Amino acid sequence: MAMQAHEIEELIIKAFPDAIVKIEDMAGDGDHYSCYVETKEFAGKSRVQQHQMIYQALDGRMGGILHALALQTKIPS
Amino acid sequence: MSTLEPAITERIQSEINSQDVVLFMKGTPVFPQCGFSAAVVGVLSHLGVQFRGVNVLEDNDIREGIKTFSDWPTIPQLYVKGEFMGGCDIIREMYETGELMEMFNTHGVDVSPQ
Repeated sequence: MAMQAHEIEELIIKAFPDAIVKIEDMAGDGDHYSCYVETKEFAGKSRVQQHQMIYQALDGRMGGILHALALQTKIPS
Repeated sequence: MSTLEPAITERIQSEINSQDVVLFMKGTPVFPQCGFSAAVVGVLSHLGVQFRGVNVLEDNDIREGIKTFSDWPTIPQLYVKGEFMGGCDIIREMYETGELMEMFNTHGVDVSPQ
């Protein structure tokens, strides 16, 4: 069971409408993605909290049907 | 988010307190069984940081429990002086920016880059 890149993007945008999201399917198998997220919602949050916010937006899929999502987060400059 | 049995919480907490730097990982520091765990072991070894590996593959209660405990869905997970520092991506990013070294220094953990 895997997830499509656009599904991941939609869930993140739904939670953070201003987010810039870039997703790359690293292995071409729909199961190993790298994901870059930039949103002003990250302001004042630690890296751990920023990643937790994304995991929450993915609503339990991370570590479940989504095996690997290399995450990079950024506060807009 | 499921709640943790107190006995499991207690066991996880005692693992975290057992040493300054504790890595919950798949496999052991000598023989990691997952690329993400291996990457963090590599970074810690490169910095010459003494750490204890907790092999979650040997204990399903800890493997599932640590995810709830840390509110973090994946393994590996790094704890430094009782504080959750992040998973593979964060540790790698902090290593690349030099923040990891700085964090060990401010937490009073000995670092001796190899």
